[in-house]
Amino acid sequence: MSSQVQIALKNALRTGVILFVFALIGTALLAFTHARTEPTITRGQLEAKRALLSQVLPAALYDNDLLSSQQSVPPDDLLGTRQASALWLARRGGEFSGVVLEAVAPDGYSGDIALLIGIDANGRVTGVRVTAHRETPGLGDYIDRAKSAWVDQFAGKSLAGPEPKHWKVAKDGGVFDARAGATITPRAVVKAVKSALDYFARHRAAFAAPVRGQAPPPAKETNP
Amino acid sequence: MMTMDEFRSLFHNGLIKQNTGLVQLLGLCPLLAISNNVINALSLGLATTLVMAASSGAVSGVRNFVPNEIRIPVFVLIIAALVTVIDLSMNAFVHPLYLVLGIFIPLITTNCIVLARADAFAAKNRPLHSVIDAIAMGLGLTLVLIVLGAIREIAGQGTLLSGIDLVFGEAAKGFVLHVLPDYQGFLLAILPPGAFIALGLLIAANNWYKARATQRARTGLPVAA
Repeated sequence: MSSQVQIALKNALRTGVILFVFALIGTALLAFTHARTEPTITRGQLEAKRALLSQVLPAALYDNDLLSSQQSVPPDDLLGTRQASALWLARRGGEFSGVVLEAVAPDGYSGDIALLIGIDANGRVTGVRVTAHRETPGLGDYIDRAKSAWVDQFAGKSLAGPEPKHWKVAKDGGVFDARAGATITPRAVVKAVKSALDYFARHRAAFAAPVRGQAPPPAKETNP
Repeated sequence: MMTMDEFRSLFHNGLIKQNTGLVQLLGLCPLLAISNNVINALSLGLATTLVMAASSGAVSGVRNFVPNEIRIPVFVLIIAALVTVIDLSMNAFVHPLYLVLGIFIPLITTNCIVLARADAFAAKNRPLHSVIDAIAMGLGLTLVLIVLGAIREIAGQGTLLSGIDLVFGEAAKGFVLHVLPDYQGFLLAILPPGAFIALGLLIAANNWYKARATQRARTGLPVAA
């Protein structure tokens, strides 16, 4: 009886040790790969972020390191954000020349549409990119720059032109195209870009303040 | 080494007899999610093949050191570690390829076909055979994915190979085929239910073909369709 228990125990110990050795080898392999690849991956991610920023804000507009100008702003209704979001302040020769805002269109056809919006010092949109969305493939996903050039029509628009009442899709009497059969998605994006411009108008003075690294103004209305 | 016959039978097994998509019905989760166009399907298929070949080879290499009782946890550990290593290495060293296949690699970890082949084949066979088997199985899955992707893309958007520029660069944009010009689109085909329906039809066609072949072999006469 006791010898049977002993054999069972010995067996359990043996398999336990083998499992442990495999876990150890697996962990070592992962730690090694992680250590080897991490610098390259981080560099690649920064590069990708920089490339994305330069898509919404032309590189000619600024001479500062846009990535390191990143600031965090509290949630704001005009940005559609429910969590703190990031913005990047562009300067040329020390002068404020533009900003890239992270915004959310909360009323897409299937949930949030995450946007990156570039605005120059005069309040003109320099570019818009959809960075994440769950719109219907083949129907509402043409807002994605990889699928169509639809978002390009925002470039050069401001609150001065078209007038605020024309910041709508064509179907609602506005100036922005939308494809038949999928108006909810573009409607949400147009609305979000317009609110971002409103946000910019409200905070422009703080963006243009010469002191670098200053925290942006707290949002006037924050939702819980 | 392996003989030509073994090689052929492994491929016949993977591509036709035990096709993972149509016969074994394993790993359907990513299969149904990703097969909404041909390019996505091809990318996922190739990524799966790569991961299966690597994990089958590794499992087969250590099969004599793994006690039977703990083989599943050990295989899961090997596959998970290997997939993560492939994911990290691709991200760091072949970044353009990673941008295309990257989102599919974590999906593959959840794909039971990888574990199934490790347990059913690689745990009992030599490394070379296991790798060949994994490649054959992966290619079988890739074929089904491509057919499914083509059906859904034509029915859903009226195109073929849309998104090819994401894989082969802007120059490839001209390869997109507009099979049905001015097509309004058929949403159901693109959404998940379309995947179930299309796969069901494919399995039915495969079963019908096999039944017919068996019947023909039994009677020795051609059967009226």
